[in-house]
Amino acid sequence: MKLITHNMLSSKTIKGVVYGYPLIIRASQVLTKDVDFNPEFIQRMIPKLDWSALKFAAKCVGHEEDLPDEPPANMADEDVLKRIHHVVMEVDVVDGFLECPETKRQFPITNGIPNMLLNENDV
Amino acid sequence: MKLRQLEAHLQEVQGFQEPKVALEQYVTPAHIAAHLLHAAHVQYGDVERKTVADLGCGCGVLALGAAMLGAAAVTGFDIDGAALAVCQENLSEFELPCIELVQTDVLQLLTDAGTRWRNHFDTVILNPPFGTKNNQGTDLKFLEVAGALTQGAVYSLHKSSTRKHVIRKASTLGLAGEVVAELRYDLPKTYAFHKKTSVDVQVDFIRFTHKNS
Repeated sequence: MKLITHNMLSSKTIKGVVYGYPLIIRASQVLTKDVDFNPEFIQRMIPKLDWSALKFAAKCVGHEEDLPDEPPANMADEDVLKRIHHVVMEVDVVDGFLECPETKRQFPITNGIPNMLLNENDV
Repeated sequence: MKLRQLEAHLQEVQGFQEPKVALEQYVTPAHIAAHLLHAAHVQYGDVERKTVADLGCGCGVLALGAAMLGAAAVTGFDIDGAALAVCQENLSEFELPCIELVQTDVLQLLTDAGTRWRNHFDTVILNPPFGTKNNQGTDLKFLEVAGALTQGAVYSLHKSSTRKHVIRKASTLGLAGEVVAELRYDLPKTYAFHKKTSVDVQVDFIRFTHKNS
């Protein structure tokens, strides 16, 4: 699970949960994988990302220092775009859990795939 | 990448180990997947450098094909962990690290009204369950989700025999459908209840766009 995907996930579908966002990452294995850098794609993604959730996710997996505190004002700065690309596309949570910030309900991440399925007693 | 080349690659994709009939797990045939993706890519420019979702991705034939054609990021959604495990193996085999997988019920993706997936993707592709086994209309429920995940185009497969109904229902969802091609879907004998070794089904490959765009 890349952090770009984490940025989209919530546990709001659980009964009684108000925000369910951002989910806490409890990682037991994190890898970095090379993904082709596509500056135009990163530029388009930046406005779609919840930056504080991204900062939070990066902190959960020990990559906080790779990310600027704010979304970049200068979208042409390729160096900054590369750093963002690294955090959102290359950092990969292979095993662990996503945890609902309100109910503490855990969603397993196995082999890089988060399992967001709910049980009957969750809904 | 040429159509024939894409089809040859997709023929190498590993299929379901124990297909589940309730989920209508059939591997999208390589020639259909290649045809759909190639048209989306060459005729409409909806794949290269785009963010693409594959709803009910199964073993990932469509997701893999989209990544091979240069999609910037692909997300595959499926309810079945076993299928996703095979899909993950396929991703490693083909070395396509821009694909993400999420285990979830596609029909639950919109339950959360504030879901951040809404309009997230440039393009959505799907080979939905046709809904022939006691769950009629599943393909149209998938289509409704697909339309909500993008402001761009949706590429989907539907039985040709249901064409009028599909186009009419899509229209009520705000989607204009255009049949790009009619294809022969050669369903191999996947399940014990199949009497013939294979059966041909006519399927429409339909491109949907939002009527207000």
